[in-house]
Amino acid sequence: MTIAFAIVAILTIAASVAAMSLRNLIHCALAMAVAFGGIALLYLQLEAQFVGFAQILVYIGAVAILIVFAVLLTRGGEAPEKSVFSASWIWGALVTAAVFATLAWTIKNSFASQREPPANVEATVKQIGDSLMTKFVLPLEVVGLLLTAALIGAVIIAMRDESPKTKMEDGRSKMEKPSAPGGHP
Amino acid sequence: MTPLAGYLLLSAMLFAIGLAGALTRRNAIIVLIGIELMLNAANLNFIAFWRFSEHPEALTGIMFVIFSIGVAAAEAAVGLALIIAIYRHYRTTNVDEMDSLKG
Amino acid sequence: MVESLDQIFVSLKHALLGFVPGNWQALASAILSLLPIFVIFPTLFAITTLLERKGLGRIQNRYGPNRVGPFGLLQPAADGLKALTKEDVVPHAADKIVHFLAPVVLVIPVFLSFAVLPVGRNLVAVDMDAGLLFFFAVGAATELSVFMAGWSSRNKYALLGAMRAIAQMVSYEIPLILSSVGVVMIVGTLSPVKIVEAQGTYHGLLPDWFVFTPWGLAGFIIFMIAAAAESNRSPFDLPEGESEIIAGYFIEYSGFKFALFFLAEYLGMFAISGLGITLFLGGWHAPLQSLEVIPSWFWFFAKLVAIILVFIWIRGTVPRLRMDQLMNLAWKFMIPMVLINVVGAAVWHFMQPGLARWLVSIALVVGPYLWLGKSLFQSKHLAKRTYRFAE
Repeated sequence: MTIAFAIVAILTIAASVAAMSLRNLIHCALAMAVAFGGIALLYLQLEAQFVGFAQILVYIGAVAILIVFAVLLTRGGEAPEKSVFSASWIWGALVTAAVFATLAWTIKNSFASQREPPANVEATVKQIGDSLMTKFVLPLEVVGLLLTAALIGAVIIAMRDESPKTKMEDGRSKMEKPSAPGGHP
Repeated sequence: MTPLAGYLLLSAMLFAIGLAGALTRRNAIIVLIGIELMLNAANLNFIAFWRFSEHPEALTGIMFVIFSIGVAAAEAAVGLALIIAIYRHYRTTNVDEMDSLKG
Repeated sequence: MVESLDQIFVSLKHALLGFVPGNWQALASAILSLLPIFVIFPTLFAITTLLERKGLGRIQNRYGPNRVGPFGLLQPAADGLKALTKEDVVPHAADKIVHFLAPVVLVIPVFLSFAVLPVGRNLVAVDMDAGLLFFFAVGAATELSVFMAGWSSRNKYALLGAMRAIAQMVSYEIPLILSSVGVVMIVGTLSPVKIVEAQGTYHGLLPDWFVFTPWGLAGFIIFMIAAAAESNRSPFDLPEGESEIIAGYFIEYSGFKFALFFLAEYLGMFAISGLGITLFLGGWHAPLQSLEVIPSWFWFFAKLVAIILVFIWIRGTVPRLRMDQLMNLAWKFMIPMVLINVVGAAVWHFMQPGLARWLVSIALVVGPYLWLGKSLFQSKHLAKRTYRFAE
């Protein structure tokens, strides 16, 4: 365990804990971006440069911004009045503890605890490109189709619903829950 | 503890943190953040196994992670579009209050 | 002698490394490679602010700053002193940590992106195999800091400016990256060093730079337009439009933090111009074979200054684009053009050299331009302009 790995690991874990427990939603999103950056650093330590830079480009450059936009569009900028954790949080915590215990026990007792690293590992971009065009060309085309479908689907789902059937007289939606006079923030 | 076990343990911890957030938080967007963290932990697992494998020149781990990053980004986009559409109807992103189907 | 002038910085570095003991060699080598970046590019930034103000002034038929030194040459020093000594005002309701971190998060990726640019022969700080992807990745990381700056100020106009800026940067990232895909396809590698080396030959009168091919010229123009949009330069500076929302997302910043934003914006412009030079203009190669006696680093900076002057010229001449015009341009015009450009690059590569190749490539560039331009902009039936004078 080198010191670099320890520092990056602590940074990533601290950022992800912060992302899951902060009250302010924008702070959660920014902590998540830091966690993504930490994972990109881990990829670079594992000699996977292409994946590390792709991680920064896609996750920090696009997914983090998507989430921040969604928080702003759903009025998440203000602080919630009640607790941020749901009422039945204990079951979630128990399930998580069970999952982590299982994984840690498996890792400890597996061959991974005795494997020594091979000497030089190299993944040049040329090799990645070659294998994308020969061995993995079918997944590449399928992912292209999937991304197109996701793009069109996301636009259609988030488009404004103009049909009169789902609107009441004063323009509110029929599916809205009748709220207390104070209302939500 | 070998380096591989260290990376796998770190990946398990990140997965557990993401799972805890996805199961316990009230806001739907934070649940989505938890899911993205879980996907990242799994990707880290793949790269760690690729690095310490017998035949790293097959590039299997890297290929899997490249496609996984692409698919995760698309899934985050669709998930957020769903949350925005639901918000337009319910005026809330609290997952505890989206229970219209309950008898 | 010519060789030694070209490699003077490399020999200087080796000489300095000779004074360093054995086990500090790696660290000293890294510091010596990176220190020039921190010295040269901020100096170029200072010179560019002066050049820009005087250039814009002359275009607008006035003098630029001419009080501070002879011909206003000490103006950058005065600006720097002002930025350092001004009071740092933070709004009371601002989110203090995010407000403080936003300029830092903006400046760090911009400096990182200079590390992969080959400034001269053997003069690249880090020679990475996936250097081009690294450059685009750190360019994408700057968008988050724009949002942090706009949101943490708790100012509706700052947030509006930040949203506009992010929408613009995300939209123009696609033509930027796709226009470099043509070059990467032809050369076969993502490493900027090898891309420059692939443009090193000379055929007849013109060098073998990619800008002298039809697809390369179209790609270069698309790259420069997207580069202007990425660094929020006019005519794409609506997010920081000085006549509309004053300074957009950095409206609540004063003093040194404002200077950091300014620095980061200009350095971003230099970095992306440097990448354009590497991809299309032949990097550090001289335009004519006989001019190779002049050192390679001189040619790189000469081309960089030329591009900066063109950016200043465009800023003084072209009016600002409105937000919807900007987004229309990106999504409906530039992305189809750049996709056809990638096909054009492949066609150029596989056809035999000769007149047919030129004709087909020029048709592939001019045809889509005319068709897209006509179909997108013909719906505006503008009346003939009439003038009414007061008589």
